[in-house]
Amino acid sequence: MMSSETATHTHIVKTEVLAMHFERAGEGSSKIKKSLQLIGIGPELLRRIAIISYEAEMNLVIHSLGGEISCEFYPDQVKIIAKDHGPGIANVEQAMLEGFSTATDDIREMGFGAGIGLPNIKRCADYLEVESTLGIGTTLVATVYL
Amino acid sequence: MKLLKICELIEGEILFGDELLDREIYKAYGADLLSDVLAFAQSQTLLLTGLANIQVVRTAEIADLGAIIVVRGKKVENSIIDLAKDCNIPIITSKKTMFECCGLLYQMGLKACGPNDE
Repeated sequence: MMSSETATHTHIVKTEVLAMHFERAGEGSSKIKKSLQLIGIGPELLRRIAIISYEAEMNLVIHSLGGEISCEFYPDQVKIIAKDHGPGIANVEQAMLEGFSTATDDIREMGFGAGIGLPNIKRCADYLEVESTLGIGTTLVATVYL
Repeated sequence: MKLLKICELIEGEILFGDELLDREIYKAYGADLLSDVLAFAQSQTLLLTGLANIQVVRTAEIADLGAIIVVRGKKVENSIIDLAKDCNIPIITSKKTMFECCGLLYQMGLKACGPNDE
């Protein structure tokens, strides 16, 4: 199943994510999940990767000015990459803390914004990098080993 | 417990999933906080929620949940039912409150799942 002979990644899927477009929020992650399922990723790993992707996608919808979510598939790992065009996170360490949130009440009424999205991603990922520059944007890369 | 039995206990109305009532459900999670569901509900869990938005179905799809029950008779829009169909996830409404639905199902032996399970 994972016997790809080349070390280079294959782009599985890349989806543009629009800020505050809740009707379409999650479509990118749904596509990623379906693509990885077709490749033959098992249900437990698939579920972990899909949760990472969905939380990251919701973060883009709720907090960013828009961006894209993509999935890269390698012989030994899968990377979920969420890249946005701003506004950036003032304090990444603080944002990683459970319960810290800058979401509004509207977002909370939809079932998100309790400050557990990033900790959820961290829990599901084997390795997580978040780089952010105020005014420029944030890039999140979550790696799951196969 | 079969989904059919669950539906009878809570006097539910099936919005989608007539063909899926044979599905076995062992555990349930009641929440309006979807990040909690993503963190703590295991695959094939029954989700009871007071939310009736598209993200409930997306969450169920992403986390491989077994079925969705929308409590206290909230109106579920057609677009939400359509997505549940696409994802093949049964969606049921009940006029009963979250507390009543959870109580009835717990009493009949449905188990909880949560942070202490891991």
